[in-house]
Amino acid sequence: MSNYDHEQLSRLIGMLPPAPQAWVQAAQELPAARRGLDGLVARVEADAAFRAEVLADLESALQAEGVEPQPRVVEELRRLLADD
Amino acid sequence: MEAPGDDGKAPARGPELIAQASSDAALVARCRAGDDDAWRELVERFSRYVYAIAVQGFRLGQQDAEDVFQDVFARVYERLGSLRDDEAVRPWIAQLTRRVCIDRLRSGARESDADIEELHELPAEDVLTALEDAFDVHDALAELPENCRQILDRFFARDESYRTIGDTLGLPAGTIASRISRCLDKLRDAFEGEGRNVPPAPSGGQVT
Repeated sequence: MSNYDHEQLSRLIGMLPPAPQAWVQAAQELPAARRGLDGLVARVEADAAFRAEVLADLESALQAEGVEPQPRVVEELRRLLADD
Repeated sequence: MEAPGDDGKAPARGPELIAQASSDAALVARCRAGDDDAWRELVERFSRYVYAIAVQGFRLGQQDAEDVFQDVFARVYERLGSLRDDEAVRPWIAQLTRRVCIDRLRSGARESDADIEELHELPAEDVLTALEDAFDVHDALAELPENCRQILDRFFARDESYRTIGDTLGLPAGTIASRISRCLDKLRDAFEGEGRNVPPAPSGGQVT
């Protein structure tokens, strides 16, 4: 005899709706974003002129590295450069 | 043109379900080796779970839930190397999500001068336990033929209408109800075949 009926199963399926696709995509792109940030910071540390260029326009610097300049990523770059 | 049935011969690749193509341990090992595809798979596998813990377990609003969601996966990415048992990635992510949610609630309570003691009322442990069962059900769902997976996920998890499901999957809307019933039978067999034959018992415990 079955202990799980249709109602219980359907309720449990419904408890896990998909997360918003944009959130999932941003999380999936994390490794590439981290690599882009690491590359930028390394170059900033070695080149004062490049540092000034990056600080003047963080979004464009990220885009040039192939990283989508989402607010969270821009903020992370700002934090890394401040720590630098 | 023959209408696809619930026999696994689905014509369309629909939204991603919780995927269990790899074992959790193998997935973690590939992530640790720097495999970006594995990371994408890991995020896909646990995204619903993290989202549900934040929104249903801790009742966070969308903005807080998004911050928690991104923070959890950032921490998972950074700390995957310190995970001692790769098979335990799921409880590890659950625990991490709970901590990040609690930090978020505490931070919000401080900002609003709310009584932090009230946070101990959240979340209800029975909701978190039910989410564990829901994850197991979705794992069993992933083992079903594609059409059953699509129909059950679209109807119950995505709240799509018979008409939308019929249009998307190329099925007569009038047959969707009977297909859902048959697919739930298959799901029950798959789920109970994994040794799950006792329904979740309600619990009134609280997370501390």
